[in-house]
Amino acid sequence: MLTKKLIRGVGLAAVSAIAISGGAAQAQDATKQDTIKIAVAAFLSGGAAGPFGVPGRNGAELVIDAINAGKLPAPYAAKGFGGATAEGIFFDESGGATKQVAEYRNLVQKRGVNVVIGYVGSGNCIALSPVADELKTLTIFSTCGTPRIFEESPRSYVFRSMSHATADNIAAAHYVADKFPNLKGYTGINQNYSWGQDSWRDFDLTLQTRNSSAKASEKLQFPKIFAGQYGTEISALSLDKSELVHSSFWGGDLEAFVIQGGARGLFKKKTAVLTVGGAASYRLGKRMPDNIILGDRGPYGILVRDRKTALNTWFINAFKDRYGTYPSGPAYHYAQSILATKVAYDKAAASAGMAPTQEQVVAALKGATFESFSTTVDMALGNGHQAITEAAYGITRYNNEAGEPALTDVKFFPAKCVMPPDGVTSVDWIKGGMKGATCS
Amino acid sequence: MFFDRTSSIVVIALFACAVAGYFIPDWIMNQLMFGFARALAVLGLLVLWRTGLISFGHAFYFGLGAYTVALLDINLGVSDVFLRLVGAVLVSGVIGWIVGFVLRNYRDIFFAMLSLALSMVLYGIIVKTEALGSTDGFSISAPTFFGFAPDGKYPLFVFICVVCAICAVAVQMYLNSTLGWMTTAIRDNEVRVEYLGLSVANAVHVKYVLSAVLAGAAGCLMAMALGQVDPDSMVNWTASGELVFITILSGPGSVIAPFIGSVVFELLRTYAFEWAPHAWQLIVGGTLLTIILFLPGGVWSVIEKVVGKKS
Repeated sequence: MLTKKLIRGVGLAAVSAIAISGGAAQAQDATKQDTIKIAVAAFLSGGAAGPFGVPGRNGAELVIDAINAGKLPAPYAAKGFGGATAEGIFFDESGGATKQVAEYRNLVQKRGVNVVIGYVGSGNCIALSPVADELKTLTIFSTCGTPRIFEESPRSYVFRSMSHATADNIAAAHYVADKFPNLKGYTGINQNYSWGQDSWRDFDLTLQTRNSSAKASEKLQFPKIFAGQYGTEISALSLDKSELVHSSFWGGDLEAFVIQGGARGLFKKKTAVLTVGGAASYRLGKRMPDNIILGDRGPYGILVRDRKTALNTWFINAFKDRYGTYPSGPAYHYAQSILATKVAYDKAAASAGMAPTQEQVVAALKGATFESFSTTVDMALGNGHQAITEAAYGITRYNNEAGEPALTDVKFFPAKCVMPPDGVTSVDWIKGGMKGATCS
Repeated sequence: MFFDRTSSIVVIALFACAVAGYFIPDWIMNQLMFGFARALAVLGLLVLWRTGLISFGHAFYFGLGAYTVALLDINLGVSDVFLRLVGAVLVSGVIGWIVGFVLRNYRDIFFAMLSLALSMVLYGIIVKTEALGSTDGFSISAPTFFGFAPDGKYPLFVFICVVCAICAVAVQMYLNSTLGWMTTAIRDNEVRVEYLGLSVANAVHVKYVLSAVLAGAAGCLMAMALGQVDPDSMVNWTASGELVFITILSGPGSVIAPFIGSVVFELLRTYAFEWAPHAWQLIVGGTLLTIILFLPGGVWSVIEKVVGKKS
């Protein structure tokens, strides 16, 4: 009896295993030489989907389609990625790092993906870096900010196509020091996790080197991430003597803070520096108060709306035509990663004379410099794996005539002013007085 | 008598999987690895469920196991799978034993909510402490076996299969023992069990520690299979919810059920993710609803029907 059942059970298992592996064989077929698969990770559910995930995904989709059709302006007018047409696979970044590691393995091993781009969450990027190297798959992080990725250990297959978070906060401190030379006190509200803690540390350290007479408040606010309600913190900030509030809030938290702070008149009493505020500016529209110092993780989104280069004009118009809004920061970040992929494939294909291998593509991207939509990207750090770009800040002033958000006093900081030289960690560099920084 | 039919099926099936692991594509081996690792925690919930106790905070022990591995690795450089497993089992077992003194006095919703509260305390501590990796978590170095560092994941997969087989057989033995049979009696009528001269509190305590150890071992295996720990997917209430989900999906019928249910869940999620990146949660949630409405006995009840009818 028992053996009969066992045989039946084993037979069943065998049949299902064959069925599943049939699917796998199919997946492997798709990696032919004239097409490549680019997987794009973006928050498609949860609080970060609206401000980050969806614009990022759309930016990637727009540029993949344009490259496949050969519609990008020069110097990227050649069709395809090294001649190959790309298929975009868009998937959800939410659910935590552990789930993302599992999904990453599925993408590479089951669906035969050639390139993975995207990711906003630093936790996801840290978790995926060793996996990408293990699976030998080109991975270009688009938005995530933590400097830890390349400062902790060298990476082979992992790249990041924008500056890391240190640049945002150094530039913010420079902007504040330039604009408010008589600043006496400053405080901050940041989420109580790595991103918030690191951002405040970098801003504080840099501002101290620029203006040592300004004092940081003793009542810094570190609310829980995704708290959503900031009534008590806003009251505490309002009562604080400091004139300036620094915040690295992003996503839903940022929008909640701006709306709740606006209702309580916080931004009339204090000048706020929002290092990721740009991502929210188009979504909040008129509800984003005037006179806020705004960044967008670099020269992207609202900060570069008036840059009239052919690439930028094309990107803004094409994005607006297709999705009905201006491209915000994340749209630029993701588009830039796709462009980095094209640059690498084109270069590798040109020297290989045929469809390049992963190793050839990776070697081509290493240390590359290329013109992106809004700025020049130089893969200068982390042994050629970490990009440096300019940084930018401006001050919000709603344009009532056009009925759209706008900025005044936009200032750009050169890449070498806000990013450390290769081989020096961000914290050591700031603490050592930012040696070798060229700011003009 | 203790080593019964169910035990032999588990051992043979997991042995077959371990052998098959060498031939199947990597991604299927990964799915099985994640599924089996998580199945141990589900096995722990099944042990509790037999008494009518449901824990909404079992990720507490899952996370303890996983973080034990991470902290051993980062602070002491322990990469040996056996040491890691022993560490995780000890930590979750001892903490489970201490917590058990409180929790064994509660039933129903009180038991469920207290365990949820506990797990969220741990979550809060981890998220706010930089030394514990905050929200970013840690990467874990590749496991070694007695100083031997193999290439690829296959040896770890075999190790997971062996641990799962041992645990499943042990749980089956426990369920067939007097202490084990008492569990159903406690669910039906606690007072009567007391009058039979047995301590209900002790029986529940043993059960609780057993399930804590299983969840701790699961966390340890999962951490090594993924090479990563983070609070959101290992300690947060959503992780506990996932475990309860799989328990319902599997059904309480047999110690084999969690392994099948867990792999089904892993595949369900992967394919939902692939086919509907915007609505995968809807598919997963819809499946749970369907199971509760039409298959209250879980996936196991289907297998029982198919295999059972013909014998």
